[in-house]
Amino acid sequence: MRSFIALFRKELRSYFGSPTVYLVAAAFLAYTGYYFHSDLVYFVTFGFGINIMENFWQLLFIDIRLVLIFAVPLLTMRLLAEERRLGTLELLLTYPLRDGAIVAAKLGACLVVVVTLLGGTLVYPAWVYAIQPFPLMPLVAGYVGLVLFAALCTSYGLFISSLTESQVLAGFLTALPLLLLWLLSWNEAASAGASLPLVRAVSLFNHFQPFSVGMIELRDVFYFVFAASMFVWGTLRVLEARQWLGRR
Amino acid sequence: MDDVSFGVARGEVAALLGPNGSGKSTVMRIITGYFSPTAGRVRVGGVDVAEQSAEARSRIGYLPEQVALYPELSVRRYLAFVAEVKGMPARPRRTAVGEVIDRCGLADVADRLTGTLSKGYRQRVGLAQALVGDPEVLVLDEPTVGLDPVQTVDMRALVRGLTGRTVLLSTHILSEASALCTKIIILVRGRLVAEDSPDGLARRLARATRLLVRVEGPADAVRDCLADLPGVMAVEPLLDDGQPGTFAVVAPDPEPVQRALAAAVVARGWTLLEVRATTPTLEDLFVRLVAAPDEPRVAAGR
Repeated sequence: MRSFIALFRKELRSYFGSPTVYLVAAAFLAYTGYYFHSDLVYFVTFGFGINIMENFWQLLFIDIRLVLIFAVPLLTMRLLAEERRLGTLELLLTYPLRDGAIVAAKLGACLVVVVTLLGGTLVYPAWVYAIQPFPLMPLVAGYVGLVLFAALCTSYGLFISSLTESQVLAGFLTALPLLLLWLLSWNEAASAGASLPLVRAVSLFNHFQPFSVGMIELRDVFYFVFAASMFVWGTLRVLEARQWLGRR
Repeated sequence: MDDVSFGVARGEVAALLGPNGSGKSTVMRIITGYFSPTAGRVRVGGVDVAEQSAEARSRIGYLPEQVALYPELSVRRYLAFVAEVKGMPARPRRTAVGEVIDRCGLADVADRLTGTLSKGYRQRVGLAQALVGDPEVLVLDEPTVGLDPVQTVDMRALVRGLTGRTVLLSTHILSEASALCTKIIILVRGRLVAEDSPDGLARRLARATRLLVRVEGPADAVRDCLADLPGVMAVEPLLDDGQPGTFAVVAPDPEPVQRALAAAVVARGWTLLEVRATTPTLEDLFVRLVAAPDEPRVAAGR
């Protein structure tokens, strides 16, 4: 436990001690702020101010989720790839601690950063609420969905980062499949045909949909938690693989 | 690695000696639990590294060959981080970090970022992180590699000051091993070829002293003549350097042999063209040990 805290604190320190996190945060808030603005204009102009759930919040959550797809890889890419490149991973793995503590500390610290970014976007609904109060529960559901989605992307990014020494490669390999899944969700009905049910079942985005319209469904929560745990499990196996691969 | 077994007693300083690529680092990584062996076991203070990994690792301080530090942390903060990761509670941690900083001569750079340190200081920080938590066993992989002569002397002095701990260090420099250690374990191509005290190895080396002799005369007769001289253990013709009549004469004590040899050659009416004593190098010893682990015979070669 003490080892975990030490690692967790060190991770947070390296995040907030480097310019990357501030640049990512600035870009994240700028993009989500832009989306908030244009979605709000759309709602007022074309949504005629009715059905705020479908015509405004849903669009905003889906847009924030899109910005996350770009932001998370930039935050996860260094997690283990950097330790591998520096060679500090070898030393870390010879200290008396479990591999699990390393993975948990890295994942935890990165999640803190991602949740902080998401927390920054709360300014937008707070501002709307100050002008025109609205029911809060759908908003909560939307943010639960965003956090779960971010957790899945983060654990996927951690897993990819454990596979390589190159941060750039880790970043690309994290972002590309997420973008591909996002594209698939656009016109899957037109392109997929027979495989549609399968695509729908594994699609990150279909499982996110209910949250964005204010519904927390257990199977969607389960989907995100399960998929994230699979990647954590995978990361642990990769760390273990040093034993038989004979490489750093 | 193939069938490498050795023991290091409590408080002993042992060296793993071998040329590059002989498996020294692999042995150390297996001992520290970073790799698992495909066969065999490692026990540290009676604790099996594979079965009680964390317990075994808590008894070991490890200095890897490439000292890897987090460049964004200062020396003090880095050492405090290591102490915490190793599980030390907050209060003893502060004093422990202060101690290793003093001990490793890091006081001047304690508040500098590790990313800005010279190689010599990085190596000391590496040793300091191994010492944090006061482990019984220290595993030091090439502690002096890449250091300048002054830093090397400093590093050796630090290692010599580690009395009371069990130390296993690796090196490819024989003089370093014999200066620091009470036991030397020689690895060649993943096999253990010798396990001896520095004195014992010196004796083996002496047995490898050779004379290179070039004589103009009938080859077989010259060879028999040389072999009959008192003090000569073996004679081998050296054919590969293209100089006919060259022999390698194995003699632990070369001087009297050299005198007798000159007299004998002249007495038979042959011409002595060259006599040269060759000091055996570590490489010769390796070659010899690999060729025939237990025989005082010189392998044909240079």
